[in-house]
Amino acid sequence: MKRFTWFNTISLTLGFAFLYIPMLILIIYSFNASKLVTVWAGFSTQWYSRLFNNEAFIDAAWVTLKVGFISSCAATILGTMIAYIMVRGGRFYGRSLFSSMIYAPLVMPEVITGLSLLLLFISIGLDRGVFTIILAHTTFSMCYVSVVVSSRLASFDVSIEEAAIDLGCTAFDAFRSVTLPIIAPAVISGWLLAFTLSLDDLVIASFVSGPASTTLPIKIYSSVRLGLSPEINALSTLMIAVVTFGVLTSSIISKRAIKRQKREEEQAFKNG
Amino acid sequence: MFMTIFEPWNETNSKPFIEFRGVSKRFGALTAIDNVSFSIYEREFFALLGPSGCGKTTLMRMLGGLEKPSKGQIFIDGQDINTIPANKRSVNMMFQSYALFPHLTVADNIAFGLKRSDMPKSEIPDRVNEMLKLVQLDNLDARKPHQISGGQRQRVALARSLAKAPKLLLLDEPLGALDKKLRQETQFELVDIQEKLGTTFVIVTHDQEEAMTVASRIAIMDQGKLIQIDTPDLIYEAPSSVRVADFIGDVNLIEGNAQKMANGKMQIEWAESQPALIADSSAQIPNDGKITFAIRPEKIAMTKHKPDDADNAVEGHIQDIAYLGNVSIFKVRLTSGQLMNAQASNTRRLSRRNFTWEDKVWLSWTETAGIVLTK
Ligand SMILES: Nc1ncnc2c1ncn2[C@@H]1O[C@H](COP(=O)(O)OP(=O)(O)OP(=O)(O)O)[C@@H](O)[C@H]1O
Ligand SMILES: [Mg+2]
Repeated sequence: MKRFTWFNTISLTLGFAFLYIPMLILIIYSFNASKLVTVWAGFSTQWYSRLFNNEAFIDAAWVTLKVGFISSCAATILGTMIAYIMVRGGRFYGRSLFSSMIYAPLVMPEVITGLSLLLLFISIGLDRGVFTIILAHTTFSMCYVSVVVSSRLASFDVSIEEAAIDLGCTAFDAFRSVTLPIIAPAVISGWLLAFTLSLDDLVIASFVSGPASTTLPIKIYSSVRLGLSPEINALSTLMIAVVTFGVLTSSIISKRAIKRQKREEEQAFKNG
Repeated sequence: MFMTIFEPWNETNSKPFIEFRGVSKRFGALTAIDNVSFSIYEREFFALLGPSGCGKTTLMRMLGGLEKPSKGQIFIDGQDINTIPANKRSVNMMFQSYALFPHLTVADNIAFGLKRSDMPKSEIPDRVNEMLKLVQLDNLDARKPHQISGGQRQRVALARSLAKAPKLLLLDEPLGALDKKLRQETQFELVDIQEKLGTTFVIVTHDQEEAMTVASRIAIMDQGKLIQIDTPDLIYEAPSSVRVADFIGDVNLIEGNAQKMANGKMQIEWAESQPALIADSSAQIPNDGKITFAIRPEKIAMTKHKPDDADNAVEGHIQDIAYLGNVSIFKVRLTSGQLMNAQASNTRRLSRRNFTWEDKVWLSWTETAGIVLTK
């Protein structure tokens, strides 16, 4: 079969161009020496050094990283627990209702999630700040983690856990020493996914953030409203790099796990 | 050679090792185990046999503590097992799917249970090596489960379940995935291990031959009930009901009306204008006289002419022949219309066989060859 027909090549090029040209332009202009966003005046990294001297941006970056790290850890723990109960908890009353409710936040408009969280925080009198953003991000990225982890859990043999208990483990010991190592790749990609989602989020964060807790996306959005600046391009480029790194690592981890398994099986087959 | 006969179930003073007392297990509306009571003795090799879905795995999982009975009690060594959690019992299970830990090496798989026992850390490697030797896997200790063959995995699973030297080992269709030759080898290995370690084995199997080979006693299950528990030869030669006879091996079943004769034997009317069958049986004939006469194909002799001195002889023609290598099964259509299977060993080459399709033949058997079943 001929793979590279004209048609295939053109549609592939168009598709990817559509996806990546805007980002490419952004990246290119972040290295522009001119202050005018639309005029190319030679290569320079001045915007990056300016960026690193801009306290406001550094603060925002710090908040974003802190929120991302804490919320993705919390989301990973909670999401893994939920996935475990949904897949292994046996049949309990209202289980199917619960498991579809887990998916609901995935399709819920972010505006609504943000608004409802805002109302909650106001009604319980919680001051908006870094803590509320962490809570909000944990809430929505937890669902993503649970989806990733439960698909892994569903595909592995329950009797492996039963064997661990049979050999003298308590239920918790069985989870720690058998289940967790087996689902670890899924848990790690869940964490990376949660981290990336938290870095990306603008809508929910802008509902629940307070005056002293601006995340990078909020910062970028508000400064762009005052006019485009190459500094923002540099910042966005850095964020693209971080997100790309997260997504790539997450997919490489899961691909590797599959590949290694395959290779070792082939090896075993050869060895007889 | 002197050998004591191992038959604790026939001795009045022997204490059962495992005892089920009126145990039932329900899953919602379904009754998977229906009020069973029976005993298993120390050092037994107890086989559970029965059609798919009859409750074998469920019974096993209750013994292993992975499932709780809905009703009744199970005792191991006189202790109610409901009071001991699964991880504290001296019972280990070998799972049908092997359930090896994929992230651990063969040696670590075997050591897994030992590390969670009272065994001192320094003794664990020796024990692991001992187990590896027992199942002949000494050179594969550093491999991961997906780097070894199916048969080797099965032996790792066996070694892992044996490592803690449990008093009771549960094997759920342990040899299901193996080819016939490896299966037979492993069966003998199992019996060997059992004799060496003195463990009590309970084994679930779909394979009758396997049960016959390894078991001290066989329990036949059907729809959550144990319908017969006996030694392999009794299960085969003296089934207690039509179900058991039909389930184990190949059997010809003839329905008829039985009567006691003056000499104490039984006379069975089974077809019009056919001489009655004579059977030497002590079975209690029910009031309506309806019984089922069961006879195994290998107990039937086939001849060209009517034998002079046979207790029972019926006429028919060969409708089909199934060649199985060492034996052939002849499907014979009797003049009364029934179909009967007769088995003959192939002592001669195929081309020199005596019988062929459509041949008229006589089937005959002695009065003790068959069994009269009233259930
Ligand atoms: N966890 C469960 N929930 C509901 N029903 C169950 C459960 N486990 C078993 N059953 C039902 O109980 C019955 C007995 O199942 P079991 O697994 O003991 O059969 P089995 O004799 O081992 O069959 P097989 O030979 O096919 O393995 C079956 O009808 C099965 O569907
Ligand atoms: Mg089963």
